Amino acid sequence: MPSTNQPGALMDFVHRSRRGAELFLLVIALAVGVGAYAAVGLGVQGEVPVNIVGYGGWLALLVLAAHVALRMLAPYADPVLLPLVAALNGLGLAVIHRIDLAKGNDTGGSAQQQLIWMTLGVILFIGTLFLVRDHRLLQRFTYTSALAAVVLLLLPMVPGLGFRSSGAQIWIKIGGMTFQPGEVAKVLLVVAFAGYLVRHRDALALAGRRVLFLDLPRGRDLGPIMLIWLLSLGILAAQRDLGSALLFFGLFLVLLYVATERPGWLVVGGALFAAGATLAYFSFNHVQVRVKIWRDPMAYIDGTPDSRQLVEGLFGMAWGGLIGRGFGEGSPWRIPVVESDFIMAAIGEELGLTAVMAVLVCYGLIVERALRTALICRDGFGKLLAVGLGSVIALQTFVVIGGVTALIPLTGLTTPFISYGGSSLIANWVIIALIARVSDHARKPLPEWTPDDAEGENETTQVVRLR
Amino acid sequence: MNKPIRMIALFCLALFLMLLVNVTWLQVFKAGELADSPHNQRVIADTFSRERGAIMVGRRPVAESVPADDQYKFQREYPFPRLYAHLTGRFNYFGQTQLEKTQNDLLAGQDSRLFVNRVIDLLSNKSPKGGAVQLTVNHAAQKAAFDGLSALPGDVKGAVVAIEPASGKILASVSLPTYDVNQLASHRFGEVIAAQEKLEADKSQPLINRAMGMRLPPGSVFKLVTAAAAMESEGYNADSRVPGGNSYRLPGTSGPGGLITNEGRDCGGNRVSFRQAMENSCNTTFSALAVEVGAEEMLERAERFGFNQTYLEDIPQATSVFPEGMGSAQTGQSGIGQFEVASTPLQMAMVAAGIANGGQVMKPYLVDELRTPSLAVLDKTDPEQFSQAVSASTARELTDLLVSTVDNGTARPAAIPGVKVAGKTGTAQSGVDDVPPYAWFVSFAPADNPEVAVAVMIQSADIPRGEVAGGRLGGPIAKAVMEAVISR
Repeated sequence: MPSTNQPGALMDFVHRSRRGAELFLLVIALAVGVGAYAAVGLGVQGEVPVNIVGYGGWLALLVLAAHVALRMLAPYADPVLLPLVAALNGLGLAVIHRIDLAKGNDTGGSAQQQLIWMTLGVILFIGTLFLVRDHRLLQRFTYTSALAAVVLLLLPMVPGLGFRSSGAQIWIKIGGMTFQPGEVAKVLLVVAFAGYLVRHRDALALAGRRVLFLDLPRGRDLGPIMLIWLLSLGILAAQRDLGSALLFFGLFLVLLYVATERPGWLVVGGALFAAGATLAYFSFNHVQVRVKIWRDPMAYIDGTPDSRQLVEGLFGMAWGGLIGRGFGEGSPWRIPVVESDFIMAAIGEELGLTAVMAVLVCYGLIVERALRTALICRDGFGKLLAVGLGSVIALQTFVVIGGVTALIPLTGLTTPFISYGGSSLIANWVIIALIARVSDHARKPLPEWTPDDAEGENETTQVVRLR
Repeated sequence: MNKPIRMIALFCLALFLMLLVNVTWLQVFKAGELADSPHNQRVIADTFSRERGAIMVGRRPVAESVPADDQYKFQREYPFPRLYAHLTGRFNYFGQTQLEKTQNDLLAGQDSRLFVNRVIDLLSNKSPKGGAVQLTVNHAAQKAAFDGLSALPGDVKGAVVAIEPASGKILASVSLPTYDVNQLASHRFGEVIAAQEKLEADKSQPLINRAMGMRLPPGSVFKLVTAAAAMESEGYNADSRVPGGNSYRLPGTSGPGGLITNEGRDCGGNRVSFRQAMENSCNTTFSALAVEVGAEEMLERAERFGFNQTYLEDIPQATSVFPEGMGSAQTGQSGIGQFEVASTPLQMAMVAAGIANGGQVMKPYLVDELRTPSLAVLDKTDPEQFSQAVSASTARELTDLLVSTVDNGTARPAAIPGVKVAGKTGTAQSGVDDVPPYAWFVSFAPADNPEVAVAVMIQSADIPRGEVAGGRLGGPIAKAVMEAVISR
């Protein structure tokens, strides 16, 4: 193997495309999804659903399409990502179907809707891979993305377009369809942050004055991105979307830290977080309510504020125990809007701690693949993009599952790939497409440089041979 | 930028580890505490939707779970809702009463004796089924008691208890007024609550189990205990002469309150035969005998029969009372079942059964056998002696007197042609002016080899005050119950 000039063992390793391995894993992932669907039918209705072939076929078609797209458009993309996502999405569909059945919704219902969203998600996954042939193209859209993100975040506040549901004004309604623009904004913000920070990272890291232990960057370097960030946080605070605010805060902090390599930012960020949280606690009543409920959920079960959703979720998970009650044997419908943020409680109740851990490990692996991609990626933008997208999934998972299991106060966010909700599902498929794109670029073998090639010895120009 | 990325990776690892540890703590270690929460509807609904075992009388279920089409999967049904309401009690979402409560572990399938069944159910992925409870009750006797009591005019309040003297098996236990226990077992909880509130507000107190849960002055039927005490400690027998006369002044009293009379029944002169005294239920005789025996001995004898004690394990019981530390006048009153003496119908049935069983009082019980869901017998209750209340000879002499009372005396309505029946009537003053007297009747048959002992108590019915008499009202009911058992 020819050694390159790049230092470091990671860079020397030549990756294989491993698409075959991906296909094998996809079969297992499909078995999870289709098997779960069949188990729901068996457990709830006592028979394998009649449409199992059609349903399984459609699911298989979707993941195969995504697989073929990877083979053609990103042959070196990480082979573990797609199977993980396929398994989570398939499991989510089955659980949503189970909740449909519990609500007496035998045909159609949320599961069918979700399958349509998943189809759309896969189409966007393929479309993203097709359109974004090189992730570095996205760097050109730094400011466009930022602007688009802010506009999207503002949309729910437009009268007539946006509407409020369960306390947060984060939805828009177009022709009967509801959508959460914030989910898309989250992808755009990662692009904007990554694009901006990679361009200004030297200035951010080196130019500026030292205040206490920290080299503060110049205002003109940090200002614009700080503005975008504060703007989005302000909008989210106004919309009472605490979960997203927490997510964006963490995302920005992570990217700033990675871009500047200054751990001081973490200290500053931590202090800002503490200050912001304290401020929010004392100025917003609904924040106080969430904290109170988190500290003693049982005390508010029948009162206002109402902790029924959280408490029923905890009861459900406890009822499920180690191996769960089995599909059809639990009562997840006791948890209000269980198919959305609280879907992990439904999984915990009917599939047990075992399945909850499996799901958590799947998320962990997705994040790990994203960070590994960032490590081996050769360009700064790709690194920041991969870290950003990976962190989004990690933070979102932590905030929502931590909230549902009463580890932290509950803030509304969807569980990636599993919760019912189109905007979130589509946005997450795009995130996976982008990580796949970066990883394809990172894992692709470097063009071989052959200075003393026999044929090219007399050539005045170097020959670059592409594999 | 790789160093910060590695730091971020560690940070994410920490986040996921926190989640993993937290869900483990929640679903494994804190699960029990959460399951115990009174707000946890899952646990309540789970108990409620088990296939509960049946309560059987003979080969008939009197409480059973049948498949239901709603979320709770099984509906508890009571095929004889009014006949057995006070024995089975009810099982509904809010809890259980009576046998449904005391036998809950077995009926719900949680009893440790069903452990093997539970493991098999778990392995074969079947939901656990509860075991069955076999009662000692004789359906024919129960029905005879119910029909007899219900046939009295008006809104009857009363109770009948029948016991098998040799074992203590409760053969019948009826309490009126009763109620439709199916109303309290509905899955429409609003209706259950409304029905429960209505029953609780009902002035006739249908929820009370008068057979075991209500004590009233026993009146003349208590003379059995007095006679037993007199024979045991004063050496009387069936042919003895005992104090008689038309009136008896309680020791140390003056005025009409201390004068005991016989309401016109013939109780001879100064002395009268024990037989005549029993046949005519002579108050003067038994007051005098109680005084002669003394408060201590009377208490001792009453307690041997079960007064001041609890003995029924299967459903809640009230304790019958014989007062302690009485003076002579009070002892005289207590000898005819007045003053503060109060007895449940079950207690009086035990007195009759004890005499019938050669003086040996058996501990009464309702649950004969515990069975697995497939009806294999897990456990059978062994008859247990409660006490030797009187000697066998005293029991024999006393039986002789009681047979005479049926043949020639006040207890004549209970006579069965061709069968020797022993019986005693009672009409107890309620002690309250506008409350009519309580009619009592105790009997057992056949007298030489008793199969059944019965106590009938009529607290009130639509009968003119002057016509309340234990023999006329209670006798036919007791007779019907005895016939139902003997002709079995």
